[in-house]
Order: sequence, then C-alpha cells, then structure tokens
Amino acid sequence: MNQAFSAGCATGPTIRERGQHEVFCGLTSIIWLHRKVQDAFFLIVGSRTCAHLMQSAAGVMIFSEPRFATAIMEERDLAGMADMHDELDGVVDKLLARRPDIKMLVLVGSCPSEVIKFDLSKAAERLNRVHAPKHRVLCYSGSGIETTFTQGEDNFLTALVNEAPASGPQNETKLIVAGCLPDVVEDQFTRLFDDLGIEGVQFLPGRSSAAMPSIGPGTRFILAQPYLGAAAAALQSRGAERINSIFPLGEQGTTAWFKAIADTFGVPEDRFEAATGAPRKRAKAALQSYLPWLEGRRMFFFPDSQLEPSLARFLHSETGAEIIEVGSPYLHREHAAGELALLPPGTAISEGQDVDLQIDRARKADPDLIVCGMGLANPFEAEGRLTKWSIEFAFTPIQGYEQAGDLAELFVRPLRRQSVLKTGLGFEEGAPCS
Amino acid sequence: MQLSMWTYEGPPHVGAMRVAASMKDVHYVLHAPQGDTYADLLFTMIERRDSRPPVTYTTFQARDLGASTADIFKTACHDAVDRFKPRALLVGASCTAELLQDDPGGLAKTLDLDIPVVPLELPSYQKKETWGAAETFYQLVRACASNRRRPETIAANTCNILGPTSLGFRNRDDVCEIKALLEENGLNVRVVAPLGASPEDLARLPEAAFNIVLYPEIADTAARWLKKAYGMPYLSTVPIGVSETRRFVAEARALAGLEPVPSPSENKDRLTWYSRSIDSTYLTGKRVFIFGDATHAIAAARIAANELGFEVCGLGTYMREFARDVRAAAKDYGLEALITDDHLVVEDAIIEARPELVLGTQMERHIAKRLRVPCAVISSPVHVQDFPARYSPQMGFEGANVIFDSWVHPLMMGLEEHLLSMFRDDFEFNDGATASHLHAHSPAAASNQQTAPAGTSVEDQITLPASATLWTDEAEKELKKIPFFVRGKARRNTESFATDNGIHPITVETLYDAKAHFAR
Repeated sequence: MNQAFSAGCATGPTIRERGQHEVFCGLTSIIWLHRKVQDAFFLIVGSRTCAHLMQSAAGVMIFSEPRFATAIMEERDLAGMADMHDELDGVVDKLLARRPDIKMLVLVGSCPSEVIKFDLSKAAERLNRVHAPKHRVLCYSGSGIETTFTQGEDNFLTALVNEAPASGPQNETKLIVAGCLPDVVEDQFTRLFDDLGIEGVQFLPGRSSAAMPSIGPGTRFILAQPYLGAAAAALQSRGAERINSIFPLGEQGTTAWFKAIADTFGVPEDRFEAATGAPRKRAKAALQSYLPWLEGRRMFFFPDSQLEPSLARFLHSETGAEIIEVGSPYLHREHAAGELALLPPGTAISEGQDVDLQIDRARKADPDLIVCGMGLANPFEAEGRLTKWSIEFAFTPIQGYEQAGDLAELFVRPLRRQSVLKTGLGFEEGAPCS
Repeated sequence: MQLSMWTYEGPPHVGAMRVAASMKDVHYVLHAPQGDTYADLLFTMIERRDSRPPVTYTTFQARDLGASTADIFKTACHDAVDRFKPRALLVGASCTAELLQDDPGGLAKTLDLDIPVVPLELPSYQKKETWGAAETFYQLVRACASNRRRPETIAANTCNILGPTSLGFRNRDDVCEIKALLEENGLNVRVVAPLGASPEDLARLPEAAFNIVLYPEIADTAARWLKKAYGMPYLSTVPIGVSETRRFVAEARALAGLEPVPSPSENKDRLTWYSRSIDSTYLTGKRVFIFGDATHAIAAARIAANELGFEVCGLGTYMREFARDVRAAAKDYGLEALITDDHLVVEDAIIEARPELVLGTQMERHIAKRLRVPCAVISSPVHVQDFPARYSPQMGFEGANVIFDSWVHPLMMGLEEHLLSMFRDDFEFNDGATASHLHAHSPAAASNQQTAPAGTSVEDQITLPASATLWTDEAEKELKKIPFFVRGKARRNTESFATDNGIHPITVETLYDAKAHFAR
C-alpha cells in the first residue's frame, strides 16, 4: 500500500504506509514526565496490558514506589459504565490516601478506556470538585490508537496549556519553551537566556505543578521538541505566538534556535555573538573527534519519536553522514519544514509504517547504521547490521551546545564498538545441549 | 478496578506470544492497537533473542475504528501467511481488540488458509499471562495432535517433556539438565514442547509412552488432555532440589518400566555435601520468606527447609490457579499461604515476617532492596540479568548446585556475622555495612550511614513506627546490641511477650525475659 505524495519540499516523495507499526504508545512518555514534574502522579485508566507495558518499558528504572500506576479495568467494570466512575473514585481515594504529597493527579486514557468511551474529562472534573485545591486533577489520552510514543507528552502539555492561568497585565511570562528537557539542558538554556538579556522565560512543563507558565496574547513560545503539534495549537488558541525554528540539536540547530528567539526579542547582533560565541566553539570542538566516524556513513531511520528529521538533519549537515531514509511516525509539516529543507534533495521520507516492508527496504539499502526500536535492533544485529536503538534519544540530554558532542557520540558508539570487538558474529550459533 | 503499581503477570496474549515464540513454524496474528508491539522487547531485549518474535500485529489506530478493523485483520493474516509461510497460525485479540469483537477466529476461517488456524479465546479482563500460555499450548496441541493414531507398539522408555517456554525462568538450561538426566537413566526423550518444537513435533506427541510435565502452570492442561485422548500417563513431580530430583528420577524410571537403580549423576550433587559441611552450620534456622510462581515457591520452600536448614517464615504465590497447592505446602511449615497479586500486600507480609533472606521475583528484589534484606530471585517475573549467559539451571543436580550458590551468596558470611555481634561499633565494619563480598552491589549502605540518624539501621526500617514508643531508651539501646539480622525477630518477640504479659514500657529486663521465654 505504498502511495507517493509530493512533500512540497526539497526532499523526495513521502512514502506513506499503513501496516504494522512497530512503535510505543503515548503512555510510555509517562516514564520521563513523572520524573520531570516532581509532584505529579500519573494514573493510567487501562488494562493489564498497559500496566505490563509500563513496567516492561520502565525496565530497570523500577522504584518500589513509582509516581505512576494503572487502574486496571476488570470484567465487572465493563458491564456497566456508572459503576466504573465509582470504581475510579475509589481507586483515586486509595491512591491519594497513600500519597498525600501528590499535588497534581493526571488521569491518562488508554486504548481500552477510549474504545469504551469512558469519559475521563468528566471524571477529572468530578474529582477536581472533591480534591481541589489540595490535589489538582487533569486528564489526557496516551492511548496507542491516538498517540505514538512522544505524542503522549504532546497531549499532556496540551492539557496543561488548556488549564494554565491567563497572564495578567504585567505579562509575566514573555517566552515559553515548550517540550520536556533534561534538567541540565534547561539550566544551560536559562543561563544563555540570561546572557542574551531575555527575561520572563518559562519552561513547559515546569518542574512542579506550581511552576507552570501563564499564557496570554503577547506570550511568545518556541518548541524545544518536534512532537508538539497539539500543544502548539493549544498555545496559539490562547493567543500565544510561535517562534519558528529548527530544533536545538547540534551546534547549528542550537544556534538557529537561539537566533530565532534573539531576533524575536530584538537582541543586538553583538550581544548574541558574545553570548553564543564560546559555547558554539566548544560544540564544534566536541564534534570534531566524532567526524571521522560519521562522515559518509549511510544512515537509515525507522520511525519512533518524530525526532528523526532533526536527527537526520544534524547528522547530514554537521557530521557529513549520508541519509538513506528518514522514517517518522507522524510528520507535522509546518514544524518539520525547516529540518526537511536542510536535507539533501531526494532523501526518502516515510510517514507511518509497514514494518515488514520497511525492513525489506533497509536490508536492500544495506546502510552502515540503522536507527530503530529495541524490538528490531537485536534481530538486525544478528544479521550482522549495526543499529542504534532510538529510544535513547528520548532519554538522554542531547539538546543544546554542550550536548552536541554527546549526540554525535550516541551514533558513534555502535560503530566504535564494532571496531573494538575482535570476534565478529561469524561463529556458529550456540550449540544446543543435545 | 484494581490499583496496580506493578503486575506479576502480563495479559494473557503475552502468554500466547511466549508459546508462539517458543516454537518453530508457528505464527501469531494478534489483533491489537498501535503500541502493543512493546511485547517484542520482552523477547529481543530481556531474553536477547536474535530474531523478531513470530507475531504480526494489526496495530489499528483511532481512525481505523470508523472503517473496518476486521478488514485490517484479514489483510494482516494474508500478508503474514504469505511472508512467513508458517505451518500453523494462531489468531487472537489483545484486550482492546477484545472490546471491538471482530472475532479473529471467524475472520481467519473465511480466508481459506491451507494451514491449521487456531483461534485463541483469551479473556484479557479475567485471566493473565500464564493462563494464556497454558491455554494456547493446549489449543495448539489439540489442533496438531487430535485424530492421530497411537502406534500399536510404543517403547516404554519414550517420553515427551512438556512446559518449557520462551521467557520462562531458566527454562533453557532446565531442559538441557533434565533431558541429559533422563537420557543417562535410559529414557528416550522424543519431543520437547513448546520450546523448540514445530507443529509436526506436536503431532508426534502421542507416539511416546508418557509425558513429563516440567512446568505445570504451562503444560498441565495439555498433559491432562493427552491423557484423556490417548491414555498417556504423565509425571508432574518437579525436579527442583536434590530430594525432588531423586524422586523424579525414580518415578520416571518406574513409568518407563526400568529398574529402580540410583541415578548415575548423583555424584554431580554438591549441594548435599556443601550444606552438610560445617561452614553451613550458621545457616540453620535463618528465616526465609518465599514468594513466586507456585511451582518455584513450593520447591524453594522444600529446599530451604529440608536441604539448607532454613526456617520458612512466609510462603506465597501470585498464581490463584495454584493456590490450593501452595496452601497445602504452607501448612507443612505451619504457615498461612499468601495468595495475592498485589505487590504492596507482599511488601507488608515481608515486613511483618521480618525475614533474614527473601527468595522471590524481580518485585521482591525491589522490596528487599528497600528494606535492605538479602534477596535471591527464584521465579518469574525476572529481568534481563536472570537470563544469564552461563549455564544455570534450577532443575536437576546441577540446578541444586546453582541454587546453593545463589541463595547463600546474598547472606553475610559466618565469621563476619560473629565479629559483628562481638564488636558493634567498628567504624568500617558495622551494622550499616553489608556483607563485604557484596559491597559493589550495595551502594545504599554507605549513603545510609550518612543520611540516616545514628542508630537507624536495617531492620529498624522494617519496624512499624508505632512500636518505638513502647520501649525505654535503655532497652532500645540494648536491642541494638543484638546482631542486625535477627534484631527484627527479637524486637517482635519482645513486643508480643510484653503484650501478652501486660508489660509497659519494655525494659532491658523485659528484653531478656522474652529471650529466655522464647528459648524454651
């Protein structure tokens, strides 16, 4: 079911596919969101599958008391809907009694709850009446039928935006940086904003439920992550204006990103140079040692997080890698336009997935490195191909100047490992015991 | 609705995947929403499988719900059969698809595929992973092995091994160990299933004289059906531990009509001697809390009590289907079995029992880490480190050797234990420090020394806070002089002694009165 569409940019036609999608659902974004917002608890209303997904995906990051849980629907819940709201109230009471320190309770919808049309917003409204102001309750959907991986964060931020306070006449928030960033990156960016003399910068999400920005006409916002289509629309509907830029990956990406902000806020050229000069130099220097590993290497991206166009642009323009195919679970044309325009003409872009066909294409192209999910990585490695598991890009500080080298290193690691291991996979498979 | 932080078992379709992934030439088409492919990671990452599990997901999305998800399913079936050319096809639904009621079985029938199609009915909102695996294996065996003719003459020493699966705890090595043990004893193992078997192998199941069920949770249903359909007897003694392995060998030989001679591999058993050697004397009466799947929990309790000389102070399982067996086993140790799938309840039970060692699953490892009690893993669910590269069975004589090492390892060694009770205030080697051979694994100990107020240590964290007020300062100080690994028990004994005799507050006298009282 391949259909060719003209993407309306310099790249080749977009391959759009509908088949098996080998991706995470939006629930997985809870894994980083619950660490970021430190007084929030994420309660998934779903099935045993959802609970199992969360603990499998959370992997070794298991706490005996995590700040997320699943209200598992049972047979009797499915029998009558009225009963289910009572059940949920009971679960929430139990939870809040156990964790009275929780300030923000987030109800997260799943596939089963969406399919039976369980009205979470009604439940959130009702629970808010009972528990506010001690505990704020909000909701969003992280279901697989609606969201892919990082889109869960998009929906969470949208929910936050929808109930964020309107900014007053003082207009305290001037710039919102939207998209969950590692704390260290957030701190670096804050220092750079100080150096640029830009005041009133707030991050969305904040580190606690109290630290959420106010929004109003005159608020400007910039996306730090490429997967925030819905959140951007919600911000715009509140009167905020988007600053357009490519994303802050690599030295060029970060410079372009800060330049777009600086231009919006009328920062003089020399001040911009003074603030970014040293970190730019550092970023370039850090990248240098990785270039020999990446120049001319052929890369193939499977869809995962929507970071793929930005990662491909970084690899191509800052490390000289060659890009064979850029897969993305979803392409937000407007937000990705800048990234796609920087890819060489003819680069294959794919949106959606038929994993079997994509595997066929990857095998045929025989790239030097395949960026893919963990369900595919080991099987590819066993075929003698090199892979970089893509989830790591969502869990590692990669944005900004100081991380430019680290970002390149993530791609280099499998290549370097290949060169270090003396025994290849040429051996016979482990002999069975009989 | 059930509030769940962690689950001991996945949904039933994960059980079905385990059976499909165990076998050759079987493919599973799973009607499931986008995202359910996370289950592939269990196989490619935790088990480090080198190929994709043989599962095709329909991965429908919200926009598909308006149109026909049934058509998506049919297309996926067609494509999967064309591409992977399996000899048998499993079709089923995940929890969300179950709500759509597309009837994968009926749909697959309309496709006129020329291979056996096994529709799976797995009620996701009632049942769980292990049940799903057992049901899938049973349905597959029925589909492949029904209407077979049992050969006229069957060699009495032929048998099948049933139950080992992909993602099973140490199943890979258990099969090696038990197969070798049976063969040494003159038995002829025909088919091992589902692990490594093809649909054709399942069709050959009735050609053996009897079946050996290594993992009853997975293969009990199938073995009972084979007995009903073909009169095949089956043996379900689980050979974990030395005595059970001996019994297993004796029973297998008897079923095969062989003379009851001792197993030639007895000399591989080192557990018996290791446990007898005087270095192990200090293991006597160590309190151990056991939780896991039914088979491993029951076996562990038997080894702990009879072969290592521990005192079993708690026994439980998350498998309700096998609750009766675990209750019966618990009775042998004078205990009430804990049957729950709520890890918070397990945590409370561990705190209450105050064990010196926890034998459990991955969850108990986390609980034990928090409570700073030594722990070893004996059962699924487990993480990647329990799919080791080295040979490490749990079954048979080598399995017993592995068990001796891995259960004793987390405990503090004898001399260290003595020194601790003689000199309490050593600046390096004190209550807060864990066993020296475990140092690298226990960074928590050092940080605890810095952050915890003086005098707080291991079992104080698992003491119910209310009890603190019952004690005089002096008695509390005296209590601290008792070695930390038995201090929790001493505290509990003293408190129950005080309650029984109406003593308040607890003084140093009370402490020693209680000690004398319980010594009787």
